[in-house]
Amino acid sequence: MTPLLGVEEIYSAYGLSRVLFGISLEVFAGECVCLLGRNGVGKTTTIRSVMGLLRPSSGRVVWKGTNITGWAPHRVARAGIGFVPEDRRVFAELSVLENLTVAAHAARRSGRWTTDAVFELFPKLHELRNRQSGFLSGGEQQMLTIARTLMGNPELLLLDEPSEGLAPLVVDSLLEQVGELKRQGLTILLAEQGVEFSLALADRVYVLERGAIRHTGPSAELRDDPALRDRLLAL
Amino acid sequence: MSGSLVFSQFMGGLTTAMFLFLIASGLSLVFGVMRVINFAHGSFYMLGAYLAWQAVQWVQPSGGGFWLAAIFAAVAVGLLGAVVERFLFRYLYGRDELYQLLFTYALVLILGDAAKFLWGVGQLSVSAPPLLSGSVQILGTTQPLYSLFIVVIGPAIAFFGWYALNHTGVGRMVRAAQMDREMLDALGANVGTIYTGMFVFSAFLAGLSGALVTPIESIVPGMDVLIIVQAFIVVVIGGMGSFWGTFWGSVIYGEVLSFGILIFPGFSLFSVFVLMAVILIVRPWGLFGKPL
Repeated sequence: MTPLLGVEEIYSAYGLSRVLFGISLEVFAGECVCLLGRNGVGKTTTIRSVMGLLRPSSGRVVWKGTNITGWAPHRVARAGIGFVPEDRRVFAELSVLENLTVAAHAARRSGRWTTDAVFELFPKLHELRNRQSGFLSGGEQQMLTIARTLMGNPELLLLDEPSEGLAPLVVDSLLEQVGELKRQGLTILLAEQGVEFSLALADRVYVLERGAIRHTGPSAELRDDPALRDRLLAL
Repeated sequence: MSGSLVFSQFMGGLTTAMFLFLIASGLSLVFGVMRVINFAHGSFYMLGAYLAWQAVQWVQPSGGGFWLAAIFAAVAVGLLGAVVERFLFRYLYGRDELYQLLFTYALVLILGDAAKFLWGVGQLSVSAPPLLSGSVQILGTTQPLYSLFIVVIGPAIAFFGWYALNHTGVGRMVRAAQMDREMLDALGANVGTIYTGMFVFSAFLAGLSGALVTPIESIVPGMDVLIIVQAFIVVVIGGMGSFWGTFWGSVIYGEVLSFGILIFPGFSLFSVFVLMAVILIVRPWGLFGKPL
């Protein structure tokens, strides 16, 4: 079986500072895969390299058998990869509804996700639909960025640090909503430092350390073996 | 000061204002979305004027070619804008202001010399289209019909622009690009194409205003630099990148200039520069702009 997304030995750098040293990973259709690791180990860089926001200096990104390395981000998005950035980045001066319609217009991919469908998943956003998105709380903005990306009907969702900086209660409801997406069959590649959040969602994990993959395996392994968890993720 | 004199000055100011608005709105739009100050915007305006004159020469035998000439000039300058954006301008995005200044100023010099080469250094003029060449009496003053036409078309284009930006899909994309270019790109929008489109629209507006000014002002070398300074003052007063700021900035500029001449003859531009200086001190981001 070929994976939906294959990352093959990528090296990426920001100018002279090298961040990734030969990252390889695979995501199969219907899976939820998590990149686990501390701040600065290369999780965000990996996601940005997949999305085309950063061009790897070597290695390949393969989407459904096609080499998409070096594609512009909008081409990657139109091919079916949805990107939810860390630190949210809503279009602050647009209303909630406008954020959603802009995204639908941008991706031009039809499918099950419409404004009605995302409002069903995030009822709170329906209440706030005419509010300027810059005035929403952190949790509401996080919901909006996920909803906004869903409007492009992606086949794979790249979720970068969704729980970062959110209150525990908000994280719980987010966990439920992302879990619902997973149950509906959406493939997810998650980058997280929150062990609990990621282990609750992920089927498999890749543990990153200093720009390389240190460990990979089913998340149940980490969930059931506190010693292994402590060894890999001593924070 | 009699009532009719005040009205006459007011209308004169408004005509100046609406011309400036047509030009400055393109300048402000490009700055607002792409964060580049295009000093060559005035050169597009100048080319619009020369091209309109040229087109009138071609079609003159048939008469009434003014509107055709104006549209030809605007479209031609728009196309030039596409070439400039695709092959030159896009290397400026995200660069230091100094590069932008040097680059667009180089374009001013090149286009200015090209115009002198093609059309010489003499004054050229175009007569108003027959339909608008008369005048009407309003409140005891004589108003040229052509000025009234400009006073109407300015707000019409302002309304069109405001509506397009706020109530159409493309307008929302443009605003989103202004807020976070990279994010919009990652959502699937080809931001490069949006930028080209905005730049072409801005050049089109400049070319159109250059063509429309020909019945009122003569076409001379140097009109490019003169207008860019004025348009720049307008966007500084109104706030860079702010749509309504550009509109009200133009009105303020036009009226201050018009009444300034009346009150301090010989110091006409002085009053406008004082106004700009005061606004820069009190509100450096302009009347309608946002602090950077």
